[in-house]
Amino acid sequence: MDRQLLIASTLCFFTALVRTLLAARDGISLHGRFNFFAIGLGFLFQSAFLSIRGHALGRCPLTNLFEVFVFLAWSVALIYLLIGPAYRLSLMGAFTAPLVFALQTFALAAPIDVPHRSHLSANPWLEFHASISMIAYGAFALACVAGVMYLVQERQLKTHQIHSIFYRLPPLTNLFAAITRLLWLGFALYSAGLVSGFFTGGPLPRLKMVAAFAVWLFYGAILQGRHLHWFAPKRVAALCILAFSAAVSVLWAINFVSQTRPV
Amino acid sequence: MTNLFCIGISHHTAKVETRERYALRRSEEAVRAGSGCAEALILPTCNRVEVYGAADSSIGTEQIVRCLAESETMEDASAFYRYEGEDCVRHLFRVVSGLDSMVIGETEILGQAKKAYENARASGNAGPLLHRLFQRAFRAAKQVRSRTEITRGAVSVGSVAVELAVKIFGDLRERKVLLLGAGETSERTARALSSRGVTDIRVSNRSIERAETLAAVVRGRAVPFSAWADQCAEIDILISSTSAEEPLLTPLILSPLIRERLDRPLFIIDIAVPRDVAPEVNEMDGVYLYDIDSLQSIAAQSLALRRQQIAAGEEIIAEHVADFRARYGQFGEAAKRPPVSGGLDEATLRASEL
Repeated sequence: MDRQLLIASTLCFFTALVRTLLAARDGISLHGRFNFFAIGLGFLFQSAFLSIRGHALGRCPLTNLFEVFVFLAWSVALIYLLIGPAYRLSLMGAFTAPLVFALQTFALAAPIDVPHRSHLSANPWLEFHASISMIAYGAFALACVAGVMYLVQERQLKTHQIHSIFYRLPPLTNLFAAITRLLWLGFALYSAGLVSGFFTGGPLPRLKMVAAFAVWLFYGAILQGRHLHWFAPKRVAALCILAFSAAVSVLWAINFVSQTRPV
Repeated sequence: MTNLFCIGISHHTAKVETRERYALRRSEEAVRAGSGCAEALILPTCNRVEVYGAADSSIGTEQIVRCLAESETMEDASAFYRYEGEDCVRHLFRVVSGLDSMVIGETEILGQAKKAYENARASGNAGPLLHRLFQRAFRAAKQVRSRTEITRGAVSVGSVAVELAVKIFGDLRERKVLLLGAGETSERTARALSSRGVTDIRVSNRSIERAETLAAVVRGRAVPFSAWADQCAEIDILISSTSAEEPLLTPLILSPLIRERLDRPLFIIDIAVPRDVAPEVNEMDGVYLYDIDSLQSIAAQSLALRRQQIAAGEEIIAEHVADFRARYGQFGEAAKRPPVSGGLDEATLRASEL
């Protein structure tokens, strides 16, 4: 039942993706509202899936890589739904939908939905640590999406090659403001996640700690560089993409190595 | 059965010297009286004069041309085109959607058509059939505009510059603009930016008198020519159009000036020939340099993009034409009733639309 909900959710994101591609192919206007509602519906199915899983497990559904990917996809959709309309970044949906679709398709297709070997008792601090970190990843993912949008728009402006998408993308200044806010949001949530990790009660795996602090330092350095005007906006956008790629790789590595403890 | 027809002259069929002979507005009453049609509406724009009419009998093109002409001469009759029934419906939908315009996708025509319709309705010359036709045309035009990219992109140098500025900065109200040189194009561009909310405009010219004159025109302030480069640390948009023979702005000059404003883009519009700004400046982070060729090229790209959208627009129009034919296939039962004297009221029109 819960996998069917996830499939329904994935289909919603797939619909948004297909509509975006068709609109791009035919050169017709892309209405942000359609993507917003498709992603909203997908988010509802995701939430239902996570709720059922959580009740079945008796804890936050972050016990294996499958659930981690779905939770990450849910976080991305959540942050998009919160900030997309607020900053008039409705086209972000056109970029968000493929990312969420890819995350969920991978989660569904790969043999990673393996029940955890040891019995997992509920630990509120551990669950807070894991869930808040995932939502931070969602913000970082959206910063990455906004970074891609910034680079696409910037390239068109630099090369004077104006394509149809130019008229749909938000202004550079707005995109950069969104990137900055998403970075701060993600960084604050991630910091809270890191700190809460010390209250989980169990021994802290050294590899996990090193990796988590490396991600934290990377994003901290981007924000510091942006604050002190060391980096031009274009570089900040590129670093957001690099940092998120690195963070996802670290997330993967942590889960791969961590066989006996939940995330 | 009532005949629905359109007889007109446009930029497709006649030069301006010919069109202007019919541009003086003739009254719809005169057309109805002269031709005997039940309903009549004249759509006059700078590129066309068209008469839309509904009549119980066939009305000859010459009759309408004679009503429109200043004199009895019929020498231009061959420049007039004629559409009837479904072709007339399709033609109007294309016209109002901007597909038949000289600048494809221009939106002014919709306002002109609405005004022409309102005049004809108020004077009682447009009856139920023309009401249905025009209301449907406005709906079709709205859909063409919203579902295609036909109105996308600016097609003149000034509007391209404004559009680019908006895509870089978003809101232009807080932006600072420097006009370097007092050329006509830069003045036009400054006016266009001003119309989008820019209030801080500075003008620098070798002749301070000319700078002050232009500053007064664009409601800005003059800056001594010796100080223009320093302004680059503050401004957001530079419009350059001097007659200098060597580039005035190079990466060497600009680098120290923009070091402290790394996260604030600088948009440079260089419309001087020879160019005032070295092309290498465009390679600097956060600097977007456009010369006259690149602006014209974007205008041409926009026009090409609009042309590509014609097919999508035609599809939408075809749907509306088919639907209009399905609903009002005979094009005329309502038109058999004489137009209401003094104009149709809103309630009657709404009822006739249902």
